[in-house]
Amino acid sequence: MSETLLSVRDLKVNYRVGGGGIDAVDGATFDVPRGSIVGLVGESGCGKTTVARALTRVMADNARITGGQMLLEGTDIAAIPERQMNALRWRDIAFIPQSAMNSLDPVYTVEYQLSEVLRRRGGMGARQARTRSEELFDMVGIEKSRLRDYPHQFSGGMRQRVAIALALALNPKLVIADEPVTALDVIVQRQILDQLRELQTMLGISVILVTHDISVVAYICDMTVVMYAGRIVEAGPMKAVLTRPSHPYTMGLRNAFPDLAGAASGTLTPIEGAPPNLLEPPPGCRFAPRCPFALDICTKVSPPLRELEPGHRVACHRADEAAVLRELAAKTETWLAHA
Amino acid sequence: MLDVASRKPNLVARLLRSLRLPLNDPFALFGLAIYVVFVLTAICANYLAPYDPTEILYTPSYDLAADLRPGQEGFVLGTTSLGRDIFSQIVYGTRSALLIGITAAFMVALIGSIVGLISGYFGGWVDALLMRLADIAFGIPFLPFVIVLAAFLKPSVWNVVIAMALVLWRDTARVIRSQVLTLRTRGYVDAARVAGSSDLKIILRHITPNILPLSFLYGSIAIGWAILTEASISFLGFGDPESISWGYMLQDAFASQALAKQAYYWFVPPGICIILVVSAGFFITRGYENILFPKLGR
Amino acid sequence: MDSNETLVSVRNAQLHYGVGGALQALRGRSSVVKAVDGVSFELKRGESVGLLGESGCGKTSMGRLLLKLEEATGGEIFFAGQPIVGLRGAALRQYRAKAQLIFQNPFDAVNPRFTIRATLSEPLENAKIPVREREGRIIDALELVRLPQPQQFLNRYPHQLSGGQLQRVVMARALILQPEFVVADEPVSMLDVSVRAGVLNVFRDVRDRLGLTAIYISHDLALVRYVCERTIVMYLGRIMEDGPTEDIVHEPLHPYTRALVAAVPVPHPDQSHDPLPIGRGAPDPRNPPSGCVFRDRCPYAFDRCASEVPQLRQAGTRRVACHLF
Repeated sequence: MSETLLSVRDLKVNYRVGGGGIDAVDGATFDVPRGSIVGLVGESGCGKTTVARALTRVMADNARITGGQMLLEGTDIAAIPERQMNALRWRDIAFIPQSAMNSLDPVYTVEYQLSEVLRRRGGMGARQARTRSEELFDMVGIEKSRLRDYPHQFSGGMRQRVAIALALALNPKLVIADEPVTALDVIVQRQILDQLRELQTMLGISVILVTHDISVVAYICDMTVVMYAGRIVEAGPMKAVLTRPSHPYTMGLRNAFPDLAGAASGTLTPIEGAPPNLLEPPPGCRFAPRCPFALDICTKVSPPLRELEPGHRVACHRADEAAVLRELAAKTETWLAHA
Repeated sequence: MLDVASRKPNLVARLLRSLRLPLNDPFALFGLAIYVVFVLTAICANYLAPYDPTEILYTPSYDLAADLRPGQEGFVLGTTSLGRDIFSQIVYGTRSALLIGITAAFMVALIGSIVGLISGYFGGWVDALLMRLADIAFGIPFLPFVIVLAAFLKPSVWNVVIAMALVLWRDTARVIRSQVLTLRTRGYVDAARVAGSSDLKIILRHITPNILPLSFLYGSIAIGWAILTEASISFLGFGDPESISWGYMLQDAFASQALAKQAYYWFVPPGICIILVVSAGFFITRGYENILFPKLGR
Repeated sequence: MDSNETLVSVRNAQLHYGVGGALQALRGRSSVVKAVDGVSFELKRGESVGLLGESGCGKTSMGRLLLKLEEATGGEIFFAGQPIVGLRGAALRQYRAKAQLIFQNPFDAVNPRFTIRATLSEPLENAKIPVREREGRIIDALELVRLPQPQQFLNRYPHQLSGGQLQRVVMARALILQPEFVVADEPVSMLDVSVRAGVLNVFRDVRDRLGLTAIYISHDLALVRYVCERTIVMYLGRIMEDGPTEDIVHEPLHPYTRALVAAVPVPHPDQSHDPLPIGRGAPDPRNPPSGCVFRDRCPYAFDRCASEVPQLRQAGTRRVACHLF
């Protein structure tokens, strides 16, 4: 078995809007190793949710995969017919949608919803499904007796656990979680993340965690993929990306998160401006308009994703100067001067 | 109550825009076209109708111009058993139909909206009281009520309008109240309160513009009901014999055994007119629905 | 400006809702939700206090009580010595000019059909500011929140602005009558991360410049710390701990605060993954435990916790409601 479970190569997803189209994802390339948690991080509109949904091929009506490959253990799931893809859903790839808490059907018991997946998709018999349901609830930390409850009888955090149980029902190899803890309080968030990591280690599954919060990434992910305006700007081992950020956007993003463990009097530095309008993206690097280190070439030529150190890739023309830029980026004046 | 500090486009344009006329839907457009035709007919009735609808007419040879077929003696749609011109009756009937329809619709929309606004916004005992009144209105069967009213007051076309104003605001009120309850929870309503705006100001400036399309929706439904009810009442004989409406024509035709006489030209035209106007109302309603609730997924 | 003057004084404030009905009572569920249940604290003029807690703790309700968007069902609230519970009419309008709210979701907090100018004019109209002064004050307010070239925004509609810009407009609206007291309800939680910093910096700056007394409601301790020198931690409608933010962050006393502080993730890889010192389960405002409302999740609970409600007692620099202190 190879080390890599999923290999995304140059993925392009287009949304038909009005007269034209938006390339919400414009050439995304990254790998998901077996048995690891990959954080897909970025702000709203960067394309991370689109990538997540493209992987399951359950997308909006006006969305189309217009290029690239998604190789799941060798099979290009971007290209296979719907029937084949449907066989993979829940069994090999599972998805936890953004407000998973609200995606549970309120008129059916949780047990019913679990058994629907187990029996219809998994082909299990009634007794087998029952046993498995109890097993799943055990795994996610809910008492078995609550199987017969309705979704509204659970709190937000518990419903999220139910959603995780649903995703794990048929032992998938890959679980894609779209902002699974965003709407939860910080204590519940921590407990869910702990549970997710425990499960991931226990079952050896791979998880793609889509989030906008790099603290969550720092807490739980092994690898990090940073997206901006539909492109991947930096990718690599979480430690490397967070302690040695090499793309100006990642550097700026770090400045924007207050650090509880750090000093109180720090200043939070915003990145002035806003992400580009994807109907008319700027030529060259899409971050260039907001980047304090932009050169002339940045506005003309799109920087390719280059490997800086093993496993750590950056899409920046000035990637070689990363160490110097990092020091400058840590200073507030750098960003204010550019604004 | 206009905001002096802003420069908004003129009031009429804004009002029209706030109505959100459903111009995309072909059915609705058709409905609007029909309305336009009938409205123009009603306005120009004096010019379009060759005769007075109640006038008993005679042929040049001094016979009663009764039961004439279409085309005979120059009567476009023929005449009734009493010698009245059917075409003129149709044309003048438009006035009666539209007058009742629009007045009734306006009353229903107005009363319903006001009740819904007050009920939804203030809640509490006011809401409870108004909704109990609506419950009572729901319990009243409409047509019998109109008949009873006609029995008490003298027969008149306005009976229908009064009856509708008393009873049919109930649907509108309920729906508008729901909408207001939702709107009330919007942040900007709280913001307006914190900014010191009075309840009246909040209702007029923040909430009413959002419920106007719904009011018009229910108004357009009400037009159809009013016309149908008036026709029913007239047909049953409780209408005003002085004013010629399409319903009256149907009743007249029935009483004169028009079917036996195969006088299709007498009862088919008013029937078609009623169908057209009421359907037009419903088509427009449909158009509004598509605008207000696009997720109904037609 | 007398920095020792108490501006806001809350004494045993309560906000109880009646819910459900006979049916709920039959199932043994209480029909009262105690959103705020006996909260007492004081704010000095110029203080910035964070109201910290998770959903259902009552922090938003407390904010609404302070702004009279809800009426307290018990207790007293004073502003500059005047009671505000039961305030009406002209006196209420005067209070509204002095106490303002900054909302959580900027797109929900402004009427989407109003231009920015109209949105900002509303408070001015209510305060009967003469028409010729209004435009000037609107521009001033927009400059205060550092929106560049304010004139360009006046005729725009909310959907034409970004989240960060719109939130500044919301702030401008709150500040346009130069209030003394501002409640900010999670003002950046709906904004993108890289935009939050900008809005928070403006908030801090404005607060300092105008000498505002502020309450900052949030569930995010890191943000509260950035803005407030003092923090009040709430749980199920009651105050658990109240003291200087730094002390709370570095040395939390109350068991709930300890769990809260431990739970906050930080943006770098070296952080503790130890399990939290707190039981599972979620707070149910309808059926709070007897005695200390936190006791069913508290790792240190003992019998006194079930029988006696812990009072807020002074422990060093802060107040704690726990039998351990």
